[in-house]
Amino acid sequence: MEKDKNNYDILIIGAGVVGGLIARSLSFYDASICMVDKHIDAAMGASGANSGIVHGGYDAKPGSLKAKFNILGTAMMEETCRLLGVPYKNTGSFVLAFGPDDEKELDRLYRNGIAGGIEGLEIIDGDIAREMEPALNPTVTKALHSKTAGVVSPYKLNISSVENAVINGVEFRRETTVTGIVRNEDGFVVDTDRGMIKTRVIINCAGIYADEIAQMAGDGFFSLTPRKGEYLLMDRSEGGLVERVIFQPPSDKGKGVLVMSTVDGNLLIGPDANIAESKDDHSTHASSLDYVYKTALKSCSGIRLDKVITSFAGLRATPDTGDFIIGESEKVPGFYNVAGIESPGLSSAPAIAEHVAGEISCILGGLKIKPDFVQGIETHEYFRDMTVDEKKVAIDENPSHGKIVCRCENVTEAEVLESIRRPAGARTVDGVKRRTRAGMGRCQGGFCLPTVIEILSRELGLPKEEILKGDRGSNILTGRNRG
Amino acid sequence: MKREMVCIRCPKGCRMTVEYEGNKVLKVTGNSCSKGKAYAIDEITKPVRIVTSTIKVDGGELPVVPVKTDKAIRRNLIFDVMAEIYKAEVKAPVKEGQVILKNPAKCGADVVATLELGKVENAGNKRA
Amino acid sequence: MIEKRSIIIIGAGPAGLAAAVKARKSGVDDVLLIERDNQLGGILKQCIHNGFGLHVFKEELTGPEFALRYIRKVHELGIDYKLDTMVISIDKNRNITTVGPEDGLRIYNADAIILAMGCRERPRGALRIPGTNPSGIFSAGTAQRFVNIEGMKPGKTAVILGSGDIGLIMARRMTLEGMKVKAVCEIMPHPGGLTRNIVQCLDDYDIPLKLSHTVTQIHGRKRLEGVTIAEVDESFKPKKGTEKYIKCDTLLLSVGLIPENELSEEAGVLIDPLTKGAVVNQNLETSVEGIYACGNVLHVHDLVDYVALEAERAAKSAVRRIKGKSKKKSKRLMVEAGKGIRYTVPQIIDKTDKDEKIKIYFRSSSILKSARVNAVCKDKIVYSKKFRRLVPAEMEYINIPAEDMKGRNIRIEAVAK
Repeated sequence: MEKDKNNYDILIIGAGVVGGLIARSLSFYDASICMVDKHIDAAMGASGANSGIVHGGYDAKPGSLKAKFNILGTAMMEETCRLLGVPYKNTGSFVLAFGPDDEKELDRLYRNGIAGGIEGLEIIDGDIAREMEPALNPTVTKALHSKTAGVVSPYKLNISSVENAVINGVEFRRETTVTGIVRNEDGFVVDTDRGMIKTRVIINCAGIYADEIAQMAGDGFFSLTPRKGEYLLMDRSEGGLVERVIFQPPSDKGKGVLVMSTVDGNLLIGPDANIAESKDDHSTHASSLDYVYKTALKSCSGIRLDKVITSFAGLRATPDTGDFIIGESEKVPGFYNVAGIESPGLSSAPAIAEHVAGEISCILGGLKIKPDFVQGIETHEYFRDMTVDEKKVAIDENPSHGKIVCRCENVTEAEVLESIRRPAGARTVDGVKRRTRAGMGRCQGGFCLPTVIEILSRELGLPKEEILKGDRGSNILTGRNRG
Repeated sequence: MKREMVCIRCPKGCRMTVEYEGNKVLKVTGNSCSKGKAYAIDEITKPVRIVTSTIKVDGGELPVVPVKTDKAIRRNLIFDVMAEIYKAEVKAPVKEGQVILKNPAKCGADVVATLELGKVENAGNKRA
Repeated sequence: MIEKRSIIIIGAGPAGLAAAVKARKSGVDDVLLIERDNQLGGILKQCIHNGFGLHVFKEELTGPEFALRYIRKVHELGIDYKLDTMVISIDKNRNITTVGPEDGLRIYNADAIILAMGCRERPRGALRIPGTNPSGIFSAGTAQRFVNIEGMKPGKTAVILGSGDIGLIMARRMTLEGMKVKAVCEIMPHPGGLTRNIVQCLDDYDIPLKLSHTVTQIHGRKRLEGVTIAEVDESFKPKKGTEKYIKCDTLLLSVGLIPENELSEEAGVLIDPLTKGAVVNQNLETSVEGIYACGNVLHVHDLVDYVALEAERAAKSAVRRIKGKSKKKSKRLMVEAGKGIRYTVPQIIDKTDKDEKIKIYFRSSSILKSARVNAVCKDKIVYSKKFRRLVPAEMEYINIPAEDMKGRNIRIEAVAK
C-alpha cells in the first residue's frame, strides 16, 4: 500500500506497555501505523517502574472498566507472554488480615471478586497461609488467596510488544514529543519536535501526560495526578522469601505496601503513595524508603535491609474520573483516549489492546487483517537459565556467547549484541539493561558498564562519550582524557 | 614554628612533629627511622612527590599506558609535568621502564612506562 | 568430558598470580590460572599509583609494576593460564565450569582450588541514597577503569563519598586529570583509608575532607547536577539543618568492598558474616576440603603485599595437599574476635605442629592509641603484643606460637593502655 512518509492511518502517542500492546494488536491489520514516544526507548515511563503484578481482579468496583479489563487481561496474560517471550509466573497472591477489621476488608474483596465472576478466590486461615508462605508473620489472622494472580516482567512485555509491532510494519519514532494537534477534514495534523505527522486517527496513551495531549486535541475533560510509588529491590538471594505476591489490607491510598518475588527472582517491596512534585519527578526519598521497609516488615519480619541492591520510583497516572478512560472523544471524533491507566493497568493492558484495536478498526470503517502478520517474536532463554548442554550448543552456534559481559547475571556478549540489533532494539545502557538484565545484579553495573558502553559504541558507530544511560543528556563519559 | 605531619615513606605512617625556622629545620620528633627524618626535612625545605599518570598510546593494545616519574619531583612542578603528559604520545610497543618524556618541565626526572604494551596486531596473549 | 587438573586458581590478580608462582616453585607442575579479563594482573592493572611492594620487594612500585613482577615469573615458569574466561560455577566436588570465547564451555576437576576472585564495590543502591537516577554516578573502581585503562573522562566536577583508599586515590587522579574534586565525604568520624593517602591525595591538593558527613540526596534528571550533603550524628543519621548543596556532575562512591563469594557459596564454602569471606583455618583451607582462599575474596586487604604473602601461604597448603602431605584434621580450635576486634582471619585452627606459629590477621573495631592485643585462653592471657596505634582501616597481625595456645579456643582482644 502506498505510504506517504508522514501520512498515517493511525498515530499512537506513547510507547509504554499500553501503547506497545495496542500497536501490536493493530499491526495485525492492514493499516499504516506510527507510534511516537518522547523518550529514546520504550518502557521509560511507568511501564518500567512498577510492581509487575498481574492482579487477581477482585479489587476494582464491579462494572468499572478497571474490573472488566483486569479480569480479561489477567486471563490473557500467560498466552500473550508466551507469544512474546516475556517471563511470567502464575504465583498466586495473598491479601493479609491482621485482625477482625482487616478480615472484614477481605470479606468485602472476596464478595467483590465473586460479583465480578472471578474464579480461584478463597479466604484461608492464618495458619494455612503460614503453611503456604512460612515467612509470614504470626500476626496474620487470615488471608484472601487469589489463584489467578501472577507476576510478569513489565518492561519486557512493553519492549517485546513494540518489537512485534515494528516487525509487522509499525513505525516507531523515538525522542518525538507531540507539541500540537489540529483537526482537519482528513483527520489530524500533529506537530512534534521532529516535524509534522498527518494521521486519520490518534490513540492517546501518553501515560502521565495523556491529559495534556487530550487538551491539545481540544478535549481536556480529565486531569491526571502523578502519584509516586517508591520501591526497594533486594538481591536475588532473597527472592525465595515468598512465593506469592503478599498484599496488606487496602486503604484509601491504594493497594498498599506489598512483598513479592519478581519474575526474575529478586525480592521487591513497596510501593508507598504520595503525590509527586511534578510529572518529571522520579526521585526517591529517605522517608518513603523507610516507610516502605517498616511497613513491609508487618507482613514478613525476615526482610533484610542489608540485601537492598537498588531503589526506584514510578508515577501512577491517577485520573480524576476514578476509572480508566478508554474511548473515542465525544468532542473530537477520531481522537481516542486510553488514559488514567494506573493499577491494574499492567494486568489490563492485553485486554485493553484488543478492545481498542477493535474499536479503531470500526472507526476506520473496518480494517482487514494482514495476510502475513506475525503474532509473536522469536526469543531465547537467558543464557544463565540454560542447561550445561544448551550452553554448549549456544556457544557453538554463536561464539560470542562464550564471553560473559555481566558477571552478576551471567549475561553474554551475544545477548548484549542481540538486544541492540533486534528491531526496536536498545540504544542506551538502560535499554540494554532492560532487555538483558546486564547491570541489574548485585554490583549494579559496576563491572559490566565499561563493556556495555564499548559494545554500544561499536554497534551504534558512536564515540564512547556519546553513549547515553537513558534519554539525551545522560551521557556517562564526558570525553577522552588523552587526545 | 611547629608543624605536625604524617610520614609517607612507608606504610607505618609515623606521626612526626617538625620544629623549623624559615627554611631551616631545627628538630624532628616522632620518626622511627632516618628515612622519616629525611622526609620531614624535605617536606619543609623542598617537598617532593612521585607523579603517576597515563600517556596516550598510538597503535597499542590499550589507548593509554600508565607512567610515573622515575624520581620524586618538586611538588610545585606537578601540574607543569602534567601539562607535558597531556600533550605526549608514544608509539606501541612500549616496554616497562621505557623513557617516554625526558626531564619534562625541567623537573629533574624522566617519565617512564610502568606497563608493557604490545602493538594492536600482535595482541598475542598466551593461551594455555 | 571433565578435564582433571592438580591446582586451579580462580583469578589472576595479585593473589592468584602470587599463589600460582609459589605453587609452581614448590614443585607442582600442573597449575592453571583462570582469569576473566583479557590480561593478567587483575585490579592492579588500573592501580597506576605507587605504594605497592614496600614489604615484598622493598621498593615502591606502581600497581602494574607489581603485577609485572609476577606476570614475568608466570611466563618464565611456563604456568598455564586462560584469559577472557569466566568461571560460572563450582561445586563441592571441585568441579569448575568455565565459559570462554576460544574454549567455549569447559568443565574441569581440580585436586585443589585456590579462590582468588577479589571483591566488588558496594553500589549506590545498597546505601539507599535517595534522589533521582541520573548518569554520572560511579563506583570509584569503575571510574578508575575508565580513566586509567580506557583513557576516558567520567566528568568535570566531582564529589566523592567515602574516604577509603580507592576514593582518595581517585580524588588525586581526577584532580591531576583536570577535574575539580569539591569534597570527600566520610560518614565515620575518622578517615577510611591509609594515612599516607590522606596526605598525598587530599592535603596536597587542598581537597576538603568532611568527616561525619554523607550524601543525603542526588539531584539531576539526566546527568547528575549536584548532591546534598549533611553532617551525621552518632547513629549516622543526618542532622537537620546541616544540609549543603554541592553542584557537581560526578559522584564517586568508595563505600565498601565486598568479597565476591557467590561461587564459593555455591560450592558450599562457609562464609563468615564479619569478613564476608570464607571461614578458614590457619592453612587458609575453607570448610570444603581442597578449596583454599586468599586475597580480597577472603577478607578485604589494605596492602597488596599482604595479599601476596597470604596467597603464598594458601599455595603452600594446596601444594601440601597435592603431595599427599596434608595434616590430618584433629581437634578444631576456634578463634574468636573479642572486645575491640572487628574480625580475625583465620577463624579456625586445625591440628598444628609443635613449633608452628599461627599468623592471625585482624582489624580493630575502633581507633586505639597505645594498644595491647591479647590472645586469651580461658580468661588467661597467653600472648600479648603492643601496638602504637590501631585503626580499623589498617589491618594488622600477630604471630602466636601454637604451643602457647595449649590446645584451647582463643579470643583476640584489643585494649587501650
